[in-house]
Amino acid sequence: MTVPLLSVRDLRVTFGTRDGDVCAVQGVSFDVREGETIAIVGESGSGKSVTANSLMKLNFGSDVRIEGQILLNGRDILAMSEEEVRRLRGNEMAMIFQDPLTALNPFYTIGNQIAEAYSIHHPNTSKRELREIALQSLHKVGIPEPGKRVDQYPHEFSGGMRQRIVIAIALVNSPKLLIADEPTTALDVTVQAQILDLIAEMQQEHGSAVILITHDLGVVAEITQRLLVMYAGNIVEEALVTDAFARPTHPYTQGLLRSVKSLESQRHNQLEPIPGIPPSLINMPSGCAFHPRCSYAHQLGDRCVQQRPLLREVGASRTACHATDDVLLSLGLGDS
Amino acid sequence: MIFFVLRRSIFAIVLLMIVSAFTFWIFSALPSDPAALTCGKNCRPEVIEANRIRLGYDKPIIEQYGGYMKGIFTGRTYGEEGASIHCSAPSLGYSYDRHECVTTLIAKTLPVTASIAIGAFTLWILIGVGLGTLAALKRGKWQDRVATGFSVIGVSFPTFFLGLISIMVFVIWTGLLPFPQYSGITENPWKWMTSLILPWFVLAIVSAASYVRMTRNGILEVMNEEFVRLGLAKGLKRKTLIVKYVMRAALVPIVTIAGLDFAFLLGGALVTESIFNLPGLGKLTLAAVINSDLPILVATTLVAAVFIVVANAVVDILYGYLDPRVRAK
Repeated sequence: MTVPLLSVRDLRVTFGTRDGDVCAVQGVSFDVREGETIAIVGESGSGKSVTANSLMKLNFGSDVRIEGQILLNGRDILAMSEEEVRRLRGNEMAMIFQDPLTALNPFYTIGNQIAEAYSIHHPNTSKRELREIALQSLHKVGIPEPGKRVDQYPHEFSGGMRQRIVIAIALVNSPKLLIADEPTTALDVTVQAQILDLIAEMQQEHGSAVILITHDLGVVAEITQRLLVMYAGNIVEEALVTDAFARPTHPYTQGLLRSVKSLESQRHNQLEPIPGIPPSLINMPSGCAFHPRCSYAHQLGDRCVQQRPLLREVGASRTACHATDDVLLSLGLGDS
Repeated sequence: MIFFVLRRSIFAIVLLMIVSAFTFWIFSALPSDPAALTCGKNCRPEVIEANRIRLGYDKPIIEQYGGYMKGIFTGRTYGEEGASIHCSAPSLGYSYDRHECVTTLIAKTLPVTASIAIGAFTLWILIGVGLGTLAALKRGKWQDRVATGFSVIGVSFPTFFLGLISIMVFVIWTGLLPFPQYSGITENPWKWMTSLILPWFVLAIVSAASYVRMTRNGILEVMNEEFVRLGLAKGLKRKTLIVKYVMRAALVPIVTIAGLDFAFLLGGALVTESIFNLPGLGKLTLAAVINSDLPILVATTLVAAVFIVVANAVVDILYGYLDPRVRAK
């Protein structure tokens, strides 16, 4: 087997707050191979965005501790100096942000901002070349009339257009790894699909691996191959998207899928929300963090309350649950 | 952009006309008789009447305003023949109390106030923005505590208190500086400096205090902006990020406030000028208030208004230049 592009081992992210330390990510491990698209799915506060930001050490200005290993091409980012990480940012790994309305600097033209992203890592580029690169980037992400638009400011663009520009900035150096942190959440539904298509298309062209952070399972189904489900700072299930959708093994994943509308479910079934609310990171439940909301925990008894389950192979997935394989596999999506 | 500047300038001119008419009307509506104020307490009625006609106070208010406005552009002659007094353009009236054209008085005092204002303003921006930036970048560390501590102290000290303390310490106790006695920069630059250094610092410290807080909060706020995180994710160096992204965005609102504060200061630093015995616009105004010297009061009010209105226009235009989002509207 080849060495994965990105290998995260036992990542722990702790924030120091007034109420004490908050462990937002509690020992997460996963791999991303070259050119692969994986999705990290979870509710707000599950630690998915914190994980994404930690990969580039972007937890700017907060009192934060990142432990574990983040190996990019075998080199540990967490062991690097700030300057070494800086050279990777925007170059080998890039990020697409959630809200395109606030992600662009309002004081500079978009051409200037794209050119800047390139010139940081290619310092000896002439102004003419930079402009040409900006024009090409705009053209590639589907901005009409790049020649005119390149000198405009972010406020002169719509949300969808701005997200295209953010993508152009992220891809200008053809990064090996692209992290998309809820890239469609802030957009109109009609624009969402366009942006997803664009990300998929750009990925093909640049051969980048993509980590898609989202809470939208529809987005996952559209462009990703592998799925990581996070709950309260832990990965609870890891599977190929096709497997996870057909036969989710972790009770939380099952719950997530049941709470999503699809054409079929709309006709036959009611939506089933997961009871309860996600736990507060300050006051985490003992044992399996999901046990207060889990319908199987009552049958399994004390183990769920006392012991944190580890990821293990269940069918085609890896799942962190105390229930037996038979139980997990037989449950599936229940009545579907 | 040119259209924006033009529109803003026209607006400023209209505003100035309204302000001048209003000022003129307010002072003419005072119960005191301007003609009676031209000579002392035991004045003969004939003299008062003669002065009334000579200075034009007998005419209706609109005509007086017209004459005043005309005087600004063409100069003005009061009275006739041998007893006439001429004030050349731009004439802002004649002070009977001081027997001088108001324009001459303002021309004498304005450089003093400008000297105070420019020096103090430079210092306070340097101190305020500098300390504020330091506090934001070293948030929670001792530099932050010192800067915010300075800001609290500066805000709580009134100018007169800090002014008197500084004279006590630097002039009377230690004798490091001579007692402030103003001299023009061209006549005696050293004396000019020594007479102004205390007022500069006193004004700067008092005013910089709020700038420390504004700058600090502005920078911290911008640092949480998503576009700063994008700048970091691009691989920008921290220094570039701070200067090009954070400071750029944080200083725009400070420019606005600084412009207005400066204009306000140019209108006369009343307390500072009195404490440090500087013959500026503020002291001229104060003396005019005490002596009921209406022509001077009208003129200094107008001059101060001009500064404020012009500063407003300049700030607006500058804002449009600094923030592309404003330009568009």
